[in-house]
Amino acid sequence: MGVWIAALLTLCIYSFLYKDNPFYKFAEHLFVGVAMGYSAVLTYRDGFVPYVWRYLKAGFTGEPEKLLIIVPTIIGILFFMRFIPRLSWLVRYPIAFSLGLGTGIALPLGIQANIYQQMYGTLSPFGALGKLSPFQIFNAVLMVIGVLSTLTYFFFSAEHRGGIRWVSRLGIIFLMIGFGSAFGNTVMGRIAILIGRMRFLLSDWLHLVR
Amino acid sequence: MKIRWFIYILVALAVAVPILAKIYFPVKRVSDSTRMVYDYIDKLPEGSVVIFSFDYGPSTAPELQPVAEALLRHCFERNIKAIGIALWPTGKLLGQKAFELVGEEMGKRYGEDYVYLGYRAGFSTVMLQMGEKIGKVFDMDYKKRPISQFPLMRRVKNYKDIDLLVDLAAGDSVEAWITYAYTKFDQKLAAAVTMVIVSQLYPYIQAQQLVGVIPGMLGAAEYEKLIDRPGFGMLGLSIQSIAHVLVILLVVIGNVEFFLARRRR
Repeated sequence: MGVWIAALLTLCIYSFLYKDNPFYKFAEHLFVGVAMGYSAVLTYRDGFVPYVWRYLKAGFTGEPEKLLIIVPTIIGILFFMRFIPRLSWLVRYPIAFSLGLGTGIALPLGIQANIYQQMYGTLSPFGALGKLSPFQIFNAVLMVIGVLSTLTYFFFSAEHRGGIRWVSRLGIIFLMIGFGSAFGNTVMGRIAILIGRMRFLLSDWLHLVR
Repeated sequence: MKIRWFIYILVALAVAVPILAKIYFPVKRVSDSTRMVYDYIDKLPEGSVVIFSFDYGPSTAPELQPVAEALLRHCFERNIKAIGIALWPTGKLLGQKAFELVGEEMGKRYGEDYVYLGYRAGFSTVMLQMGEKIGKVFDMDYKKRPISQFPLMRRVKNYKDIDLLVDLAAGDSVEAWITYAYTKFDQKLAAAVTMVIVSQLYPYIQAQQLVGVIPGMLGAAEYEKLIDRPGFGMLGLSIQSIAHVLVILLVVIGNVEFFLARRRR
């Protein structure tokens, strides 16, 4: 039964290739509803029950230190004040809390991971040039040229004229190669999804192949 | 018939016929980024512990499920212990499926050789707390049994006891693992990701923040070749090759037609 439902819903989704139609809309809405319902139930069962409800129960039955869970729970509940117009201003507090905490944790780590470490990755081959093959040296130089020219393209504090113009044009070429590669990979990924569905239809549903 | 219908039918045939005919092309070359992950796991001593994070959903399962299964087979073959978690709600069942399938196939014992902890909401909070104590965020497995009853989990407290964390991802979880687990706790990381996001992860290999990256279905086929266990990855890649030839031909024909039409005007 499950296989038949999945197969029919797959066909409903692919019917969009013809044009937008009620079958596609039904499957799309069903998907969004089921995905939201599944996430909500899972978050309640694997999040709320073990990490809020159980703590509260323990707090009221002999382990008072566990009642501290009330503080984050209240902060979390404040998110739902958005649905009560008279109290919607209260939502600012959990947002401020999350933003402050999130930024405080993410900023130093993010700078370390995405700027310092990346700079290290770009420049480190030049510290061991003697050990590199000519092709690796070429790659290292190409990477530095790519990084600098792409950054120049996004440098808007100076007019792109003369030398800067040529360097930023080179940056565009690197960007286009990057976009082309990303697009090619995306096509590959989408075909993989089609292969998965087609295999399901031919194998699990129609039993044409084992 | 409109030209787009012709293209749809061609693409459908290019995918369906090789599935029916079971066409396998040999995988002749393995990319460096996949081999790096393979080599790293292959060099781990017996009894090492690898965590798999299932951060994808059914829509990307054709790309990542074969990779997950191939990685688990490699680990179990080498007597490496495996722990599964999911930070995406939809990843929970896919991870469970992979662990149950490969665990049973390889005759591994639940609790001693592998444990599946299931889904936990919170993303970055979960990643950070795992660095202090995994039991703080995963105190039960996916069947709600306390982790203290499993011998494997009794010796794994936090990232210090984990030799590698592999993120199977369809979104931005790899960057989060790099930021919170690698940068803060120096946790060794590898990633197996969908083709859509693979390009943005290569710089992290260069900077040694990732041990390697396994790219989607291509990576699945390569990994299956490396462990010598052909599976859906290899079949999928063969079909993909045929579909790609068709796409390239269509792009060329489309461009030729475009330039001819412009000249006619």
